[in-house]
Amino acid sequence: MSPNDDAVNEPTDATDDAGSSGDKAVMVDDAVADADTVDSEPVVEPDPDAVTITINGREVSARRGELVISAAERNDAYIPRFCYHPRMSSVGMCRQCLVEIDTGRGPMLQPSCMVPVSDGMVVDTESDTSKRAQEGILELLLANHPLDCPVCDKGGECPLQDQAFSHGPGESRYVEEKRHYEKPIPISDLVFLDRERCILCDRCTRFADEVAGDALIHFMDRGNATQVNTYPDEPFSSYFSGNTVQICPVGALTASPYRFKARPWDLEQVESTCTTCSVGCRTSVHSSRDRVLRFQGLDVSDDHGEAVNHGWLCDRGRFNFESIHADTRLGEPLVRTDAGLTATTWSSAMSITADLLGSALAAGSDSVGIIGGARGTNEDALAWARLADACGVGRRDAQVGDGIPAEILDLPRASVDDACAAATIVLIGPDLKQELPVLHLRLRAAVESGRTKVIEFTPTGSGLTAGAWRSQQYVPGALVETVRQSLSDSDVAAQLAAGPVVVVAGRPNLAEQGPAVLDAVEAVVAAAPQATVLPVLRRGNVIGALEAGLAPVSGDTDAILRAAADGQIKVLVLLGADPLRDHPDAQLARRALAGAERVISIDGHMSSSSRAADVVLPAAVMGEKSGTTTNIEGRTTPVEQKVTVHGTARPDWMIALELAQRLGHDLGVSDLNDLTAAVPHAARHRSDRVPAASAMPPSNYELRLIVSRTLYDAAVLTAASPSLAELAAGPGLSVHPADLEALGVSSGDDIRVVGPRGSVVMPACADDRLRRGTVWAAFNQVDPRGVHGDIREVIDASAVANDVRLEVVS
Amino acid sequence: MARLTPDNTTLAHEIIARYPKPKSALIPLLHLAQEQDGYVTDEAMRHIAELVGVTPAEVRGTGTFYEMFQFEPVGRYLINICGTMSCALMGADDLMHAAEETLGVHAGGTTDDGMFTLHRAECQAACTEAPCLQVNYRYRFRATPDDVRTLIDDLRAGRLDGEIPPHGTLARTRQHIPADRGVGAVDPDDVAGPPAWVTVDADTSQGAS
Amino acid sequence: MSADTYAWAPGFVAGDRPRIVTSRFEYEDSYTLERYLATGGYEGLRAALGRNAADVHEQVRSSTLLGRGGAGFPAGIKWGLTPEGVFPRYLVVNGDESEPGTYKDRLLMERDPHQLIEGCLIACYAAGLSQCFLYIRGEMALAQERVGAALNEAYAAGYVGRNICGTEFSVDIVLHWGAGAYVVGEETALIESLEGNRGMPRLKPPFFPAAIGLYGQPTIVNNVETLANLPFIAANGAEAYTAIGTETSPGTRMVAVSGHVKRPGVYEIINGTTTFRDLLYGEEFCGGIRDDNELKAFVPGGGSAPWFLPDQLDLPFEGRQVGAAGSMLGSGAIMVMDSTTDIPAAALTLTRFYAHESCGKCVPCREGGTWLMRILERIVAGDGTTDDLDLLLEVGGSICPGDMPHAASAELGLEATPFPYKMTTICFVGPSAYVPVHSALTLFRSEFESRVTPVRPRVRIPVAAAGGGA
Ligand SMILES: Cc1cc2nc3c(=O)[nH]c(=O)nc-3n(C[C@H](O)[C@H](O)[C@H](O)COP(=O)(O)O)c2cc1C
Ligand code: SF4
Ligand code: FES
Repeated sequence: MSPNDDAVNEPTDATDDAGSSGDKAVMVDDAVADADTVDSEPVVEPDPDAVTITINGREVSARRGELVISAAERNDAYIPRFCYHPRMSSVGMCRQCLVEIDTGRGPMLQPSCMVPVSDGMVVDTESDTSKRAQEGILELLLANHPLDCPVCDKGGECPLQDQAFSHGPGESRYVEEKRHYEKPIPISDLVFLDRERCILCDRCTRFADEVAGDALIHFMDRGNATQVNTYPDEPFSSYFSGNTVQICPVGALTASPYRFKARPWDLEQVESTCTTCSVGCRTSVHSSRDRVLRFQGLDVSDDHGEAVNHGWLCDRGRFNFESIHADTRLGEPLVRTDAGLTATTWSSAMSITADLLGSALAAGSDSVGIIGGARGTNEDALAWARLADACGVGRRDAQVGDGIPAEILDLPRASVDDACAAATIVLIGPDLKQELPVLHLRLRAAVESGRTKVIEFTPTGSGLTAGAWRSQQYVPGALVETVRQSLSDSDVAAQLAAGPVVVVAGRPNLAEQGPAVLDAVEAVVAAAPQATVLPVLRRGNVIGALEAGLAPVSGDTDAILRAAADGQIKVLVLLGADPLRDHPDAQLARRALAGAERVISIDGHMSSSSRAADVVLPAAVMGEKSGTTTNIEGRTTPVEQKVTVHGTARPDWMIALELAQRLGHDLGVSDLNDLTAAVPHAARHRSDRVPAASAMPPSNYELRLIVSRTLYDAAVLTAASPSLAELAAGPGLSVHPADLEALGVSSGDDIRVVGPRGSVVMPACADDRLRRGTVWAAFNQVDPRGVHGDIREVIDASAVANDVRLEVVS
Repeated sequence: MARLTPDNTTLAHEIIARYPKPKSALIPLLHLAQEQDGYVTDEAMRHIAELVGVTPAEVRGTGTFYEMFQFEPVGRYLINICGTMSCALMGADDLMHAAEETLGVHAGGTTDDGMFTLHRAECQAACTEAPCLQVNYRYRFRATPDDVRTLIDDLRAGRLDGEIPPHGTLARTRQHIPADRGVGAVDPDDVAGPPAWVTVDADTSQGAS
Repeated sequence: MSADTYAWAPGFVAGDRPRIVTSRFEYEDSYTLERYLATGGYEGLRAALGRNAADVHEQVRSSTLLGRGGAGFPAGIKWGLTPEGVFPRYLVVNGDESEPGTYKDRLLMERDPHQLIEGCLIACYAAGLSQCFLYIRGEMALAQERVGAALNEAYAAGYVGRNICGTEFSVDIVLHWGAGAYVVGEETALIESLEGNRGMPRLKPPFFPAAIGLYGQPTIVNNVETLANLPFIAANGAEAYTAIGTETSPGTRMVAVSGHVKRPGVYEIINGTTTFRDLLYGEEFCGGIRDDNELKAFVPGGGSAPWFLPDQLDLPFEGRQVGAAGSMLGSGAIMVMDSTTDIPAAALTLTRFYAHESCGKCVPCREGGTWLMRILERIVAGDGTTDDLDLLLEVGGSICPGDMPHAASAELGLEATPFPYKMTTICFVGPSAYVPVHSALTLFRSEFESRVTPVRPRVRIPVAAAGGGA
């Protein structure tokens, strides 16, 4: 059901939501606007899918195809369950949800999680037989359970424990020896498994197989000896493992970052949104004693059109809460003195900053550049955009040279649900599994269901390649041609004409220019005029920041850095941006920071760039501030403060407002509420489009370079989370085995990657998924020992694509 | 060793091709691995995972469900003494005692020389011939404790080598579908209509309607 | 002791009864194509191919051939349950025979494999099935060998594969070996196993194999013996078949009688009329109880069936009457216990079987089956208490809440409670662990009582340690 239908059918709901404390999502300019205008009782059209069933003597309405367990729950007859999970297929394993169901042939005990409602069905969840069955099963479930609740992480929030207390038998009659297993065993770097506590509900294993598509954990052995396990020596190294911990109905799966950190009854929680990437997964943030201790995925029901993540999170988003309390946090303002960066007071730091900006602006508004803003809230971005407007600063960009032109946002926008319901998804972008992992899960589910066909254009292959209808591995530099060629194929044309098309568009390769992607997308839209676009820019709130006004007005990040390198920038403001580590062109970033007269860094963590700055203002990070964020769909959802800010850090918006005051500008907003109210929805962009360069000049470097992200890298929130930092693979170059063999190098040996700009040494790895003649390196990988170099050293951001050659390291 | 040999890999491909979906060949391939090495090795499971396109965990998950697959080395002869109802009524316990005594191991154990592994088994579908047992899945019917002792002697002396192959070998005659006779398996997703012979007389011959 | 296939198993050739599926058992080379062709083999197939498929289907429907796998569902009707126009559809042959007491399918596969192959072909032709998988229990090396060899012969002779007997009819029969799991005999588990998965049953609905079976396609699962009847029906017509047996149970049926009888064996009997007394005492069958002992009890239909007493001996081997009397015919397996039998120990062998064979999917079966077994074990070992007897019924009640079927007993003044029972599990493995316990305890409670000691104070273990939760 689209949010629009929802607004029509259940207006009271939608109005309530919009009017409540703002913690429900607002889908840009539709549902709520419509709902708000409805003030009389609306005409409710009869739902053709409605059926009438009787639950415990009451006639209620249910939806055809809905399972009895959920129909009952919606009608206040909660049926206990363990294996049922609304986002996975039903298996009917635990038998806890058995109730008597009569479809005309007399009451029969049936698992309500597997039986769809039918008209006239009579359900009795409280009959003697139902109760007898449920009580019996609870006793059996507890028979082999270790009952170690006092030392169990799940104690206090455990459905098994709750049920045992509420209607379990008082004592166990099971006097035999219980099953014993070594407890707990690590099944990955992040997850422990206690098989004694496991009730074999198949949730984790189903998740791994069905949802994540990686059956790395599985039932082993049979009958009473059945257990969950991994293959020996093949850990559960899934990007989504944390979800299994969350959905485990007992304490069998625990996550190392949370183990023994708190008891559930000490936790406070608030609903928020993950801003690690731009999918905008809904979360609940749990804290105790003013420390964030975990994030849980939040499953907001489809009815509200908010089901972004279906309750799932990726492990990076789930476990990087550790970074909130990391040692690298900045707690007080710093200014550069002869002794290096030195702590100072906010008032002195602000007055220095205002002075620097004031004098730079006096020399012309082009002498100031603002890079960043994607890590903050919409309110942060809006305040900074207004400040830039007031000062006439056009050199601003929320992307850091790793995206695609912001004009992508002017194309008709698709939601994730739209993409999942489309007949065709055209994917021109990165491997979503690595960059926007939960979007990958959603799209994968659509593909698996058989509803949706994927046509992907990728230099490397992706997590969706196996299920793709067409997977076109293109040579960087030739994206637009490849897409055009493919569009002229009659099968492809027929497929595009077969139903709704959603183009999922992002930056496939950081060593290849971004504007080409926009050209390619436009080519698809020209061929499928009804197509809508889901822009998969990656940084947390990049869409919100761009729409709030931090899209380039005169010069994107590349242009700003070039200007800085040329000495044209007097003050370079970095809003949570770290070009020294994050911009694809390391040399340009270095020259820019050296060339800018002054650098002001506003950041939550000490970063490479803040270390090189003249003024460092400590910023509040997610979890420490409230506001809103906007995801790839244009969906605006709240982020909430849960813990006190670290040291004297402040949210970015507050800094902007104070600077405006000091510079004598009235931004028209004076507090967070003003800002939230002023956050624009789907603002359109002035075009500052840099045309894509077309031809790639010939070179004598024979291998085309592909650089893209993997889930774990040296990004600050990952690096500052001890549980995740170790998971980054480190530098390396993947080469087609034949190319590697031609060089006489074996997988694992060091090689020198040489480009026109310079060279770096890193280990080579054979990978036959690559096309011959292309090589791939993961972005932002750091070797802590400093032996292996950073691939960004050979990237020229102004090139159409980048070529390298490999040399044997003697 | 331990991955499937080249010959067995060829056979594996032949077996996989018989099924509309490769994963269906998982159990037959586990048998093949067990025949090759006497038990199913970790390397063989990895190889099978590659061959049928699943994770090794799935191969192990399926394999460990089934009684016959051994994941540790067992004796050359696996003696399964049935202990279910009919055999129990007819003296299965006596057979087990005789075997345990003769072999010097308890049910579940393997003799030091690696010749014999003794298991208590469930119903072997020979209830009218109780009590019965199997050696490497070859039956012995209406057995007495003396029979068990003689059997073990004979096996040890190699007198039954022709009749009873080493553990892991099941049927020695395999199915082979000649290329010119087989219809071939088709992925159900690629099947659009009824089988060719049904369309011969389309309106009447769709028997199942 | 004997390994020779022919020197044992008396019974099937004794007496002068019609023989439909065991007609070739008397020949030493009954499993060869040569013998098969010399004894009317593949005549049924030729006759079927001469008619259109719908007619053949109709013939099977009117023969009322009942499934021999346990449920006794008419084969012709089952074939008709497939949704129209959905292809491909498959035939899966259930040759996983493992139900305690059951012994017939292995004989049919070892001794007359071509008859089974012919039956498969007729079914595929009549029901429009495009591929056949013949799933043979893993532990049956000889059956695998014989069926494999027969298939190789049949392929070479043009009876299986492409353009069978020169017609457009083409179908592959793929021989598949199981690997040891009783529950895989359950048809949805069989399909899971054939897909390369753990053999855990699927819930019906939605997974009625006829609609959603192998690879999610319409699938007919039939037992070996069921299919072995088809060549006779196709060759001789439905009337020839229904002329034997009764209206509700036509034809013949293979029954294995094991345990304490003089001549245990597998007999092809006339369906519906032969009584248990005939079978146990008749001269052409078992010839009485061993050593002329008293009969104590018998299991009429495989290990999952509630037990009968001598009171029920005169019931015919007919599904409805046996059901009303509190048991079922199942897979045609009678296990006989004479007066020397230790009833609790006998029940334990069956409960242990089902506990061991639980797939582990349903909690009541996985936990309850093993728990029942543990309690029985201590009772048999003499360590049980009177409380344990009630506990057996309580735990069993969690698997089968409600009335359990059982036989009538004049001596105990018991009325029969008819089959079936309510269950909390997906398949019958879980309830089957309880059935022997319930039967034994209902019919022979005194034997349990004399085994247990009065209640000892039991260790009380709190169910959930307080953890501050709810
Ligand atoms: C636990 C269980 C085990 C079964 N085992 C077998 C078996 O070994 N062989 C068999 O043919 N049917 C077995 N069945 C019955 C099958 O599920 C199915 O009903 C039968 O194969 C259908 O064939 P039919 O209609 O020809 O009888 C079993 C059923 C259950 C519940
Ligand atoms: S009853 Fe037992 S064997 Fe049957 S599906 Fe359930 S757990 Fe498996
Ligand atoms: S919730 Fe329905 S069987 Fe587990």
